[in-house]
Amino acid sequence: MEVSGSVTTARDMGLVGCTRCYSVSSRGTAHCPRCGSALQSRDRLSLQKVWAWWLVGLMCYIPANLYPMLETRTLVSVQSDTIVGGAVDLARHGNWGVAAIILVASVLIPVVKFVIVAGLALGVWLGPKVPEGQRHFWYEIVEYIGRWSMIDVFVVAILSSLVQLQALASITPGRASLFFALSVIFTMLAAKSFDSRLIWDTGQSDIASNRRTPAVDVKGDLSA
Amino acid sequence: MTTPQMPTQQPSPPIDLDRLIACPNCDALYTTPTVESQDKAYCGRCHTVLIAPRRKAGKQLIALALTVLILITAATLFPFLAIDAGGMHHDASILQTAFAFEGALLGLSVAVMMFIVVIPMLRLILLIYVLTPIIRDRPPARWAKRAFGLSEALNPWSMAEIFALGCAVALVKLSDLAQVQYGPAAWLFAILVVIVVVTDSLMCRYSIWKSLDQ
Ligand SMILES: [Zn+2]
Ligand SMILES: [Zn+2]
Repeated sequence: MEVSGSVTTARDMGLVGCTRCYSVSSRGTAHCPRCGSALQSRDRLSLQKVWAWWLVGLMCYIPANLYPMLETRTLVSVQSDTIVGGAVDLARHGNWGVAAIILVASVLIPVVKFVIVAGLALGVWLGPKVPEGQRHFWYEIVEYIGRWSMIDVFVVAILSSLVQLQALASITPGRASLFFALSVIFTMLAAKSFDSRLIWDTGQSDIASNRRTPAVDVKGDLSA
Repeated sequence: MTTPQMPTQQPSPPIDLDRLIACPNCDALYTTPTVESQDKAYCGRCHTVLIAPRRKAGKQLIALALTVLILITAATLFPFLAIDAGGMHHDASILQTAFAFEGALLGLSVAVMMFIVVIPMLRLILLIYVLTPIIRDRPPARWAKRAFGLSEALNPWSMAEIFALGCAVALVKLSDLAQVQYGPAAWLFAILVVIVVVTDSLMCRYSIWKSLDQ
């Protein structure tokens, strides 16, 4: 069965929903009676926090690309590689696959994350140009892939602890690893600070007239 | 798939708040549906999973949490990767891996240790503490709500499975340069990735919070 009708939000009903345990309280309740977390219908400082974390994250991402990520010492040479430099080097040696993985994980994904988070915040701020469903999709993408960027830092740690073959070869982590880790942490905090309920608020006021209300599939008798 | 129903009109006061559920991601309000075990209730607007109860999930979660605790402890203490090159041999445990960052980068060693050992273990211990009384039909543990709240807050910072995939990437990078040996812990970590995924699918936050609310 499909029921079409406009979406009622907790705020519309003078209520406030808990984002941690999904329970509902009346407006003005300070703490959720079920789980104890602080209740806010919308996080008013959300956008300021997002921009603050976003900016520090970006500031850390620049040195993460300029400083060397790894220093490799062998019998014949000492070589320090930046993220991009290391990938170019691998590609030159014919390791196209690994080079592509590094470029996607360490360059493409972080840059895309910065763009998406900025886009989400701008969408709330200036009014949306993209439908809510699509913006929510990008929000979930950032939430999901954000923490996986830390894989680079772990790879550096594993390589440096494993390749300790005295004079023959040794790998030590470079300064970029610290900046890269900080950049990942700050972008995660930026995404966490974003109150995704704001995506749907702007949609309701601006696109209400020509927007088709979501179809709700109801199977069986759900509400007793 | 089940999508809960919107309350169609203003409920007459006093509103029975216990019968309502709000989507954490888009604030849509629903009358709490009755969801069968194995079934799921999604938000009709943003498709967030709201309720996904599983029969015996508590017992399975505790069993998985204990397994992961043992795996992480083992991989922390014993060498999990080893390489051979030009007659030289070197191996490393997680402890050595985390402390690969020295000098100015020492802070990063502490962070890595937190992400791959301390936070995952703490989270699992909290989960076991919260779930054990529930599966025995006893009243919730004394600090159960705080413990589960902390465990939820730590969730995104628990990165054991990301580290496990990092092992695989590092092995690929090294395969040209040296003979890589998979220590037993590398296998343990592969299992760990699977368990983390299964744990996520078993966990119904709504049901756990509800059972703690007594
Ligand atoms: Zn709550
Ligand atoms: Zn929703």
